[in-house]
Amino acid sequence: MLEDKDRIFTNLYGFGDWGLKGARARGAWDNTKGLIEKGKDWILTEMKASGLRGRGGAGFPTGLKWSFMPKADTARPSYLVVNADESEPGTCKDREIMRNDPHLLIEGCFIASFAMEAHACYIYIRGEYILEADRLDAAIAQAYEANLLGKDNVHGWPFDIYVHRGAGAYICGEETALLESLEGKKGMPRLKPPFPANMGLYGCPTTVNNVESIAVAPTILRRGAAWFSSFGAKNNSGTKLFCISGHVNKPCNVEEAMSIPFRELIDKHCGGVRGGSDNLLAVIPGGSSVPCVPAAQIIDAAMDFDTLRDLKSGLGTAAVIVMDKSTDIIRAIARLSYFYKHESCGQCTPCREGTGWLWRVVTRMAEGRAQKREIDMLLEVTTQIEGHTICALGDAAAWPVQGLIRHFRPEIEKRIDQYAANPHSEPARGYHAAAE
Amino acid sequence: MTKLIVDDVEIDVPPEYTLLQACEQAGAEIPRFCFHERLSIAGNCRMCLVEVKGGPPKPSASCAVAVRDLRPGPDGAPPVVLTKSPMVKKARQGVMEFLLINHPLDCPICDQGGECDLQDQAMAFGFEGSRYAENKRAVEDKYIGPLVRTSMNRCIHCTRCVRFTAEVAGTGDMGAIGRGEDMEITTYLETAMGSELQGNVADLCPVGALLPKPYSFKARSWELVKTESIDVMDALGSAIRIDTRGREVMRILPRVNDRVNEEWISDKARQIVDGLKSRRLDRPYIREGGKLRPASWREAFALIAEKIKAAPPHRIGAIAGDLCAVEEMFALQSLMGGLGAVSLDCRQDGAKLDPAFGRGSYIFNPTIAGIEAADGLMIIGSNPRIEAPVLNARIRKRWLKGGFKIGLIGEKADLTYDYAYLGAGPDTLASFADHAPAHMEKPMFLIGQGALAREDGLSVLALAAKSAGALGVIKDGWNGFAVLHTAAARVGGLDLGFVPRSGGLDAAGMAQAGALDVLYNLGADEIDIEPGAFVIYQGSHGDRGAARADVILPGAAYTEKSGLYVNTEGRVQLADRANFPPGDAREDWAILRALSDVLSRKLAFDSLKGLRERLFAAHPHFAAIDAVSDNASFDLDRLTGAGGAAGSASFASPITDFYLTNPIARASAVMAECSAMRLDLARHAAE
Repeated sequence: MLEDKDRIFTNLYGFGDWGLKGARARGAWDNTKGLIEKGKDWILTEMKASGLRGRGGAGFPTGLKWSFMPKADTARPSYLVVNADESEPGTCKDREIMRNDPHLLIEGCFIASFAMEAHACYIYIRGEYILEADRLDAAIAQAYEANLLGKDNVHGWPFDIYVHRGAGAYICGEETALLESLEGKKGMPRLKPPFPANMGLYGCPTTVNNVESIAVAPTILRRGAAWFSSFGAKNNSGTKLFCISGHVNKPCNVEEAMSIPFRELIDKHCGGVRGGSDNLLAVIPGGSSVPCVPAAQIIDAAMDFDTLRDLKSGLGTAAVIVMDKSTDIIRAIARLSYFYKHESCGQCTPCREGTGWLWRVVTRMAEGRAQKREIDMLLEVTTQIEGHTICALGDAAAWPVQGLIRHFRPEIEKRIDQYAANPHSEPARGYHAAAE
Repeated sequence: MTKLIVDDVEIDVPPEYTLLQACEQAGAEIPRFCFHERLSIAGNCRMCLVEVKGGPPKPSASCAVAVRDLRPGPDGAPPVVLTKSPMVKKARQGVMEFLLINHPLDCPICDQGGECDLQDQAMAFGFEGSRYAENKRAVEDKYIGPLVRTSMNRCIHCTRCVRFTAEVAGTGDMGAIGRGEDMEITTYLETAMGSELQGNVADLCPVGALLPKPYSFKARSWELVKTESIDVMDALGSAIRIDTRGREVMRILPRVNDRVNEEWISDKARQIVDGLKSRRLDRPYIREGGKLRPASWREAFALIAEKIKAAPPHRIGAIAGDLCAVEEMFALQSLMGGLGAVSLDCRQDGAKLDPAFGRGSYIFNPTIAGIEAADGLMIIGSNPRIEAPVLNARIRKRWLKGGFKIGLIGEKADLTYDYAYLGAGPDTLASFADHAPAHMEKPMFLIGQGALAREDGLSVLALAAKSAGALGVIKDGWNGFAVLHTAAARVGGLDLGFVPRSGGLDAAGMAQAGALDVLYNLGADEIDIEPGAFVIYQGSHGDRGAARADVILPGAAYTEKSGLYVNTEGRVQLADRANFPPGDAREDWAILRALSDVLSRKLAFDSLKGLRERLFAAHPHFAAIDAVSDNASFDLDRLTGAGGAAGSASFASPITDFYLTNPIARASAVMAECSAMRLDLARHAAE
């Protein structure tokens, strides 16, 4: 279990002062000038050495991503864009950072921008995060007032932060759709290549990072890459915010070391699974986009990128959704399918047409009103979506259904048999009627 | 050049090529819906997926991947692309299945049937059946104007129409609302599109979602006979294909001609079709007691012969209209020459262009394609958007690339691109007469008929030539002096020298009361002829010219005759015959030939071939079809000295209503509807 002295987010629960004074007392903005005086290359090396992998879901090494930025050019300025459009179902870590420790993020923006020779940073915040956006605005105002930010700040690196509020589309959390939205266009993902590091915001080199990836950077630099990489398994180092929701006794957000076993995470912080660990059915370990993992496989698994990948799932945003045996897993996945159908931007064919198809079939399966051969058909349809789309939303829509079929096919077949034994003409019950 | 291997074929292509282009060069067929050569890349239909060896373990959209982005194989071996592998086959089948799950199975009643990309590609690349058992999506049809009919159930969201209106037309009329499977293509609040090129979205639509409204349910594509021809609605000479069924023209579509119209045509060129069928002159008429009565050819010719023989040669004149082919103007010119008449004119609008200053003084010297090489443009007395919408799209295309300054002297108008407004009339132009050379490699002057078809037109032309010389528009190796005509026949007429001989009257002079005894009006409908002269009108439609005629000889419209047209850039193009003139109407050259016999001034040819031989002998450049002769003669010094002081009246485009510029357009109900709607829009905008 992570000791309190090793926590980065020391005001995660908002017990202390979120403002500049409180943040400084907790160590933020401490000798920032000293950090940037060590130079851009030192920061990049240190970030690479820390082994920090992007906290937004894909887990791409952050230091490496920063190093892709080309040299500064007066005609094409570099930008840092912080992805605070946290909309992944189950995920609520960035919300707590911006609400209770915004100065960690702001300082992180400053240091990251310095390392990438960017003089401006945009924070694209989810539209529903009203309190958080206000907090962030207030914290940025405090930082400007203390001359920590601005054209002529105490650190000697001219720098501005802009907060941009989104309008509530999940797809705008995809980095290129976010850039489109930030430019004032429709939030539809761009084709890659060119990647944002070459052609990002307004055609200029841009790095898009998750809030958590940026917010941990100052502490990593202050305490050293070796300290950060001492947590977790190889290639999965550091501490991580876990958002545990669902059928646990005390759902919570908690900062823990990477690679913590699932059982320890739940028992130490959440009071265990509702009804005991024997009552566990399945876990979605990384936000709604990753396939679920059945109890037997997850219970002693280490919560990190590589272990969960080997379980054909993923750490994603570390939004751990715990489901006990009272869960109707087919209905649960049908609800997720509805979410992806609703949030598909409609740009490319497989996702636009496929997500609706998935949702309709899974919804019928939740009722049992399906044929068993449709299970294989459904699986094949998911593979026709996966990997054929412009962005990863198609994959994200396909994976939960794949996880369902991979682990709970007997459950679906049972449901179909039950319905066949007692067929009725009532429409499939539940949320979707209201949703349409 | 980059080497790569496509399906075992090694090819060498420029690195900026997309994979799709590279695969095509290697002979592999790549299906596509959203990709279009002349639009930006959307990459959203996912039909063009190919497998790239060594890349990510998923197929790549070949339209969106550049060859330079491919990584070479081990040991620097060329990258390998597969277009027929199982992965690719499965990917295409999958995408096709997705496209079809919400596409209605209404091919039998869909006008796109037979020429539908979705139909063809489903046959070639799809499954044999569908596994989709749910209800199909229903989408409400949208109103987007009188020219394009929608059937939105069929839409596959390729966004070609959206990109066309945003990029080529420049009006941004169309867009998508909603998201996911609820995404719908529409115009803003279902208003009509405001572009003069909107008909092209129906061509671009790969399915039957957007179809030409006037052509709805009229014919199936396989019933039509296709004739390649040239459009005469403006002076561009856009390449068109005329589709006929029996004697009837069913529709007009653009052909690809990169030098002129790329693959767009204006709405007028496309939807004029119903105008070819109404208000036609199908037999000769003679005016008796103030009323026209049907007559036979023999009667009509006898009456004409009587009048002409009674008139002294200097009291006989001829005006050629805007839609005449070179052949009939040549025949009329020859006939008039035989009669000794000196009053000839092909400039019914009074444009002060004169072949005496050299061909370069009245053509679009830099050529239409040359716009893309230019780096500056001054528009003088023209509104290219309504005078030549396709040319305007070319200017916009150049403007979008950047590094292209545009100035305007004349009427302010929405041209779909930004320009600096310099002034209203000749005074502004005069301020450039002694200007220092512009800091540009290839500046252009676009001079419209609004600056030339006026009393002081010659002075304005001289002023423009002088300014062109001063600014470096005309210099060694570059002639940016571009006259934009509005009449398809005009350059051909000027090339023939269909202008007054010495002592002859010009069009305005001939139209004056008592100026002539006999006036031969060859399809000139934009000029008011005052009482006095005996007017012979030869034309296709019962329009203004016929209303002022004493004898009417029914001629052929442009789809009904084979004829040469010279476009504004001096390009000689051959329009082919697609159908036959109605009733007793005949091809125009043949009428003139027959009349010449009655007049005992028999023309020296008996066939179109014979006519062309005479024509080519007299004017060899007409034989070079599709070519523009470079180094057109241009007597700049003489021109700059011509004319007196220019007036100060502002330039105004000669075209007030884009949809009603010629007798065929005025006979078209579709054009009338468009015109009424445009007026309505303008009125609303004014409120």
